[in-house]
Amino acid sequence: MMTLKELEKIRQKTLDSVNLRKDRSGTRVVVGMATCGIAAGARPVLTAFLGEIQNRNLKHITVTQTGCIGVCRLEPMVEVYLPGEDKVTYVNMSPEKVKRVVSEHLVNEQVVQEFTIGAVEKID
Amino acid sequence: MELYRSHVLVCGGTGCHSSGSADLIEHFDRELRKFGIENEIKVVQTGCFGLCEVGPIVIVYPEGAFYSRVEDEDVTEIVSEHLVKGRIVNHLLYHDSVDEDHEIKSLDEVPFYQKQERVALRNCGVINPENIDEYIAFDGYMALGKVLTEMTPEEVIDLLKESELRGRGGAGFPAGLKWEFTYRAQGDKKFVACNADEGDPGAFMDRSILEGDPHAVIEAMTIAGYTVGADQGYIYVRAEYPIAVQRLTMAISQAREYGLLGKNILGTDFSFDLELRLGAGAFVCGEETALIASIEGERGEPRPRPPFPAVKGLFGQPTLLNNVETYANIPQIIINGPKWLQSIGTEKSKGTKVFALGGKINNTGLVEVPMGTTLREIIYEIGGGIPNGKTFKAAQTGGPSGGCIPVEHIDTPIDYDSLAAIGSMMGSGGLIVMDEDNCMVDIARFFLEFTVEESCGKCPPCRIGTRRMLDLLNKIAEGKGEEEDLDKLEELGEGIKIASLCGLGQSAPNPVLSTIKYFREEYEEHIRDKKCRAGVCQALLQYIILEDKCRSCGLCAKVCPVNAITGQKKQPYVIDQDPCIKCGACMEKCPFDAIIKR
Repeated sequence: MMTLKELEKIRQKTLDSVNLRKDRSGTRVVVGMATCGIAAGARPVLTAFLGEIQNRNLKHITVTQTGCIGVCRLEPMVEVYLPGEDKVTYVNMSPEKVKRVVSEHLVNEQVVQEFTIGAVEKID
Repeated sequence: MELYRSHVLVCGGTGCHSSGSADLIEHFDRELRKFGIENEIKVVQTGCFGLCEVGPIVIVYPEGAFYSRVEDEDVTEIVSEHLVKGRIVNHLLYHDSVDEDHEIKSLDEVPFYQKQERVALRNCGVINPENIDEYIAFDGYMALGKVLTEMTPEEVIDLLKESELRGRGGAGFPAGLKWEFTYRAQGDKKFVACNADEGDPGAFMDRSILEGDPHAVIEAMTIAGYTVGADQGYIYVRAEYPIAVQRLTMAISQAREYGLLGKNILGTDFSFDLELRLGAGAFVCGEETALIASIEGERGEPRPRPPFPAVKGLFGQPTLLNNVETYANIPQIIINGPKWLQSIGTEKSKGTKVFALGGKINNTGLVEVPMGTTLREIIYEIGGGIPNGKTFKAAQTGGPSGGCIPVEHIDTPIDYDSLAAIGSMMGSGGLIVMDEDNCMVDIARFFLEFTVEESCGKCPPCRIGTRRMLDLLNKIAEGKGEEEDLDKLEELGEGIKIASLCGLGQSAPNPVLSTIKYFREEYEEHIRDKKCRAGVCQALLQYIILEDKCRSCGLCAKVCPVNAITGQKKQPYVIDQDPCIKCGACMEKCPFDAIIKR
């Protein structure tokens, strides 16, 4: 028998999956998926993001792709937009690195400095 | 639950469906599998987006990319470019949905949607109508929950009365009062029914709601059942709406599965169930007493009122009968409160109204606007104006029961009373736009032909009277009209309006009377000058070759199917009017535009 509580449960559960169609605010993770990105392994990075976000049940984060970001030698590249914050660009990404970006940046809002384009370019 | 990074919404409304959207969904599935991304991207079939003119429509979220006129081969491009590589396929985007910097605007910034306010259509084009969970996610069945657990029937009625919601089927009777009458009526059993027998030519509002958001109607009818004290409801829908029938059937069985229909709904004592009744498409069955007869299995014929269905309806019992769009408003009013509806619209007409835009208009489709929006706003700002730079002549509201609104009334705020004041009516919401190429005599003839065909024949004023009116119109269109015919038409029309048994006959003369009222000189031209200024009435047409433009090439004579054109070299050709059948082939063929019709 359906009760109001169960109705509310279904609502909450489904709302997460349809939220994508409502607002375009919230955190955005953008993966560079041009030929250069795909060749460098952007797809496993993208699926890793999706997997991590789903595992942690993070709401209001959308994962999208974009074309060539421009610095093809540093692909796979990922840009993270937190509401009200400057964009952060991560380079040379891998599925392992994704885990850290999700837990430190998306969850705890601490930028993983060593993966960012600024840090990588300095070391070179 | 799977997490999808992108949702592809494909319109499954009637317009897009007939331009091939079902195939698109299959194609999307196939392409997604090819790239192995079927677990990342969700393809959803939704109800009507409203912009049927540029269908099939596909919207990709989270970007909100609005693709229009999507064809099969475009799907391959959208998948490989947009969904795999994240590059939006600019050349497929709907032009109004992108700003000067090629940035995608959000839907409510697109001109077509900007002036709209979607209440009855709020879920159309947003949710998958075949998935009850998505309806629930957008507050579906919350109103039912609130009514069953927190409100008494009297409170629901008071709330509706306070909201001042009026029936959307055409006549605009206050919904709260209707509910109250049924609630107060005495009977062994009571019924709730939904009029989904949308029959006006060019109208598809109810159809789109049923196809895009069937649960809204089911929820509202359940609320109505609780309020008036009914445990059984019927949805009378025409069999010509196969998608609506299919989605309603699916929605009813999903609601039953969830215990939202059936016994002890949401754990309360209240039980209610719904059944579909398919109509065979007789226009008169949209009239409430005929509809009730048809549900009962009788011949679909009206009977005199009173008694009204609220007192003596289905199987002789008190019956609440509302139209689809009226029901679709109810859950929203319960959730947002009566003040919310009151805040939209005009003094005497609250809320919004859905219109099906058709005829000579750029954005053919479905729009929902606050009451009080002017015809000008609907036609020029939402509808995108008249195609090919032509001039607006008139708009017909209310289909064969309504009247035309000429250009001098284009700034009238549209609501029930202002339309009635200028001799038209709200009707169910068909809005047919006409330009200078439309002949008003012909338009009146078209609508009258429809009602003559659809008259059930029970009462003589409608059966015989409308036929006589049509005879007079035919006479005028054939150039045999006489001066007194106009007076005869008006006298007959007024008589039929008073003497007919039901709404069909009572409103049938409206298109004729209103065109005579506003375009009398056009009728007089037909009668006196034997001339049709729009060039529509064939019998009054003449194709003529302009002597100075004719180069005697002879193409017209060659193409004429009845050899009515003769001539010789270096002499202008001539059309013999007697054998000419006015097919227009010569005019089309002439390379020098030397042939005109007048």
